[in-house]
Amino acid sequence: MKQFLEGSFAVAEIVKLCKPGVISAYPITPQTHIVEELAQMVADGELDSQFVNVESEHSAASVVLGAVATGVRAYTATSSQGLLYMGEVLFNIAGLRLPVILTCANRAISAPINIWNDHQDSVSMRDTGWIQLFAEDNQEVVDLHLIAYKLGEDKSMMLPVMVCMDGFILTHGIETVDIPTQEEVNKFLPPYSPLYKLDPANPLTLGPLVDPEAYMETRYAIQETLKDALKLIPQITADFAKIFGRHYNGLVEGYRIKDAERVIVAMGSVCGTIKDVVDELRAKGKKVGLLKITSYRPFPQQEIYEALKNVAKVGVLDRALSLGSYAPLAGEIKAVFFGKKKKPQIISSFIAGLGGRDITKNSIKEIFRLLTAKEKACEFIDLKPELLKEKYE
Amino acid sequence: MFGPLIVKPGSSRKNKTGSWRTELTPKFLKKNCTGCKLCMSVCPEGCITEGSEKNQLICDYEYCKGCGACALVCPKGEISMVKEGEKENK
Repeated sequence: MKQFLEGSFAVAEIVKLCKPGVISAYPITPQTHIVEELAQMVADGELDSQFVNVESEHSAASVVLGAVATGVRAYTATSSQGLLYMGEVLFNIAGLRLPVILTCANRAISAPINIWNDHQDSVSMRDTGWIQLFAEDNQEVVDLHLIAYKLGEDKSMMLPVMVCMDGFILTHGIETVDIPTQEEVNKFLPPYSPLYKLDPANPLTLGPLVDPEAYMETRYAIQETLKDALKLIPQITADFAKIFGRHYNGLVEGYRIKDAERVIVAMGSVCGTIKDVVDELRAKGKKVGLLKITSYRPFPQQEIYEALKNVAKVGVLDRALSLGSYAPLAGEIKAVFFGKKKKPQIISSFIAGLGGRDITKNSIKEIFRLLTAKEKACEFIDLKPELLKEKYE
Repeated sequence: MFGPLIVKPGSSRKNKTGSWRTELTPKFLKKNCTGCKLCMSVCPEGCITEGSEKNQLICDYEYCKGCGACALVCPKGEISMVKEGEKENK
């Protein structure tokens, strides 16, 4: 049923339909309305789930780790500093091959303190072994949660999935969202049936010390499984389309790129703004397009190659940094084309929207304007040079 | 694909972890032992057991790590920590 909902409440609604047995979260900053609403649902008896309030995100992640290890579906949500504080446990969850689903409301990282949107939090956690899916709008956020559970809990995967939604822009943005019925969800998502679980009746040790004789193989296994995920994600989104009627590729989405000469690559909600700008420029006869990356981990190299190999000028828009080096997404897009015969003439890198600075249509037009024959490296858009004159002596 | 992830119970019995032992090995002098079994109760590896004779305690060197807790707690000073290999030539 279509509902007019705040993004956070939409997530709570879909998580409720996925029926996690355990939800754990640290309830205050940097948290969103997602778990507040879920706590209310549990308290009102609408959702039969154990809601565990904890003293930190490290503990919240540990609780869901333990819950999934005992064979229960679990859920948590966090953001920004909270995700960083979970960091150690995030590696453990993936290393133990436990399909936890986490919503990350993407927000900037301190210092200086800033609670607004960018992608630095989840991008900083890209090497944890988690699958990371970035959503463009709240409908996609809702749908990606269903896809995330189905994907992570697949017996060939058993990996955690992070659904990334832009903080405030999506979490606090109110949109019309089609929330499926319980019957539809049940049809798509079977109850969690774990491959292994901690059970006193059938004891096993999960996560023992693994010495140099065997550690490498555990990491190799995750690396290979994430390659398999690139094949599984489109299958799951195809199943999804059959039941819910909404089509996603799940890896990348090209928007008017067929004959495009200039294409921006981006992730998250800014893709909506870029689509509008592309439409405006196309109306004026400019051959521009967008390549939206949905799956940041695993990184769909082949799909990106196919989408961009005939594009002359590519601009990569990052909302995060790898301070002192290439921007995270830009560096990886460049790596896709190294040594390839067919490739863009230039791949320019742009940084925008850090710490919640709005990326407006004009910002996007500026990027298209800067997509010339001269390659740009880490070009900051909408920078205020007057603020860089501070002197401390 | 999965790597080695799960261990069935009993691995610590199967793996002869005594190979990790420090340089020092507890040596039971078997002179003034009163059979108080304090050494048995403090052994973190549970590898000290009672022998068939009275006041005889035996250390299972296949699991002993050489921590020395037994030697420290023994009220009679009956257990001395010796360099590996010395326990045979009394």
